[in-house]
Amino acid sequence: MSLVWPLLLSCALFGIGLYGVLARRNAILMLIGVELMLNAVNLNLVAFDAWWGDALRSGQSLTLFMIAVAAAEIGLGLAIVLGLFRATGSADVDLAVVDTDEQADGAR
Amino acid sequence: MSMVELTFLMLSGVAVFSALLAVSTTQVVHAALWLVLTLGAIAGCYLLIGAEFIAWVQVLIYIGAVVVLLLFALMLTRAPTGPDSATTTSNRNVAAAVSVLVAGGLAAIMVSGFAGERLAPPRGGVGSAASIGDAIFGTWVLPFEILSLVLLAALVGAIVLTRRGPERDNGAPGDVPERAQH
Amino acid sequence: MNGLFGTESWWVVIAKAVLIFLILVIYTLFNIWFERRVVAKMQHRIGPNVHGPFGLLQSLADGVKLALKEDIVPTAADKVVYVLAPILATIPAFMAWAVIPFGPEVRIPFTDTVTPLQLTDLPVGVLYILAVTSIGIYGIVLAGWSSGSTYALLGGMRSSAQMISYEVAMGLAFVSVFMYAGSMSTADIVAAQAEDMWFALPLLPSFVIYLIAMVGETNRAPFDLPEAEGELVGGFHTEYSSLKFALFFLAEYVNMVTVSALATTLFLGGWRAPWPISLWDGANSGYWPVLWFLGKTLIFIFVFVWLRGTLPRMRYDQFMKFGWKVLIPAALLWTMAVAVVRRIRLDGGMDQQTVLIVGGIAVTLLLVIAFIPERKQPADDEEPAETDAFAGGYPVPPMPGHQETRPDA
Repeated sequence: MSLVWPLLLSCALFGIGLYGVLARRNAILMLIGVELMLNAVNLNLVAFDAWWGDALRSGQSLTLFMIAVAAAEIGLGLAIVLGLFRATGSADVDLAVVDTDEQADGAR
Repeated sequence: MSMVELTFLMLSGVAVFSALLAVSTTQVVHAALWLVLTLGAIAGCYLLIGAEFIAWVQVLIYIGAVVVLLLFALMLTRAPTGPDSATTTSNRNVAAAVSVLVAGGLAAIMVSGFAGERLAPPRGGVGSAASIGDAIFGTWVLPFEILSLVLLAALVGAIVLTRRGPERDNGAPGDVPERAQH
Repeated sequence: MNGLFGTESWWVVIAKAVLIFLILVIYTLFNIWFERRVVAKMQHRIGPNVHGPFGLLQSLADGVKLALKEDIVPTAADKVVYVLAPILATIPAFMAWAVIPFGPEVRIPFTDTVTPLQLTDLPVGVLYILAVTSIGIYGIVLAGWSSGSTYALLGGMRSSAQMISYEVAMGLAFVSVFMYAGSMSTADIVAAQAEDMWFALPLLPSFVIYLIAMVGETNRAPFDLPEAEGELVGGFHTEYSSLKFALFFLAEYVNMVTVSALATTLFLGGWRAPWPISLWDGANSGYWPVLWFLGKTLIFIFVFVWLRGTLPRMRYDQFMKFGWKVLIPAALLWTMAVAVVRRIRLDGGMDQQTVLIVGGIAVTLLLVIAFIPERKQPADDEEPAETDAFAGGYPVPPMPGHQETRPDA
């Protein structure tokens, strides 16, 4: 199999994820974009690992680490989204004014 | 073009199509579901490249935990999940232009750098749990230990962030948004 | 791993897949009847006994009745997801069976083809089962969400939280089995138990943790909180009727059999004959092992039914507290202990006396910890706060530490 196909797929997914992060209003949907970008990177790592084929399995090990970090990231991200929702009553990042408590109260 | 390559291209098509829908659908829950399809297609790609262990870990962690957690949060925030609940900002055209530029630039670099390189057909044991386990608990054991600290920090951080302060009253856990109003 | 996997002709693979599907469906029908009869026995009733011999055809009749009922789709439902959910719940339940070994290599009757009684074997077989069953959660979450009903939504959320929590304990229980067997392939684990002994004995804590986690994972009593009738009507399947409901029902029972079969494979020696029978030379060859396998699985099904007939439903907070604060820490500690013992044994081992001393100290420490009284809540020397029981317009019971002001009227 040609090495270019996985790499191109990863580029496409990265671009789509970037669009999701930039264009979405809802914080949870922005997290979906981040997940897409992380997966693009993972795919790159696995493809290069299979191409390079070193004995340390560095690409696949790094992918496993990234999956674990992504799980941690989604846990923290969702905690922040829940906090945002509590403070403002919506998960819309554009409407969020959460700099200080006074400001948030004033905005309401 | 071999059978493996053809399957890979089909899975890529599924992944890209569902990823596009995941970032463009107007329904938050549908977006999460399209993400599931993308992640599943990527797991299939891993299988074709020969990374069997990674593929099943991808299904187990990403599909089985991360996206379920996303859905859980969608339901927990009690934000509207009906139609037109997933709007995009007005600068989506700029965002699309930036994304196309980034993806195109990356793709150009990849093609110019690696065109003509070929992946060897998956050999037995390359992506097996045994070889990856040897690598992680041998060479990469220090990053592994640090990663466990990162996970612990994330766990503590998530608990701290979602805890309500000591001034919590006796309100039922569900009435938070109302509480925030007064 | 067996060299035959991946080289078999296509008709053998298809025949095995169809056979597994048929066995599962028939076994499900049997299990529903079995459960009703056994629960009836426990409650001094008779149970279904009209249709067929011993009422065996009762579940078939119920299935036909369900299929012929009116199929209702609520107006508030998200149509596509509403239809997708029961399918998503059912398919993973069947898929997990691809790697469960039913028996050794056998010769297919009327042919010369030799094949293992297992659809396929993966080097990461148990991981595959965990991954596939975790997809089944989607069926329940989406059913809850797409019904457009609050009861269903709450049931779906409860169930997803429950399954994610107990999946962690389940995975940790598997780790010690992997360490003993040195493989994640189901066939290899069965072979390792043939050489050593049933892993339920040396890994008893893992076995117990798995047994608890599997009840939590399948949403069965006493952990059937997602469908607690008194609180949530029917839980996630409140709005479902007809065939879609039947699919959820099927998925629940197949999942029950799946976790039982996994317990049999990982802890009770899989398809290998239990002790008195194993003295007979032919016990582990031919088609007999299928019988031992199904028999061992039925024991677990009986435990499920027994639990349902005996225990009341737990409260949700108790259940979550138990999962996160007792089960997972215990599983982690035990995994650590197994890893240390395995390492020491591989490095040459210690003499009997040291093992006994260390074990004794550990048990004593555990006992001491168990007897340390739980720290009391901060002393409530202040006046108990008063709660007006009728403040909200309807009576509510007072919170602990609060004193109810009696309405004087």
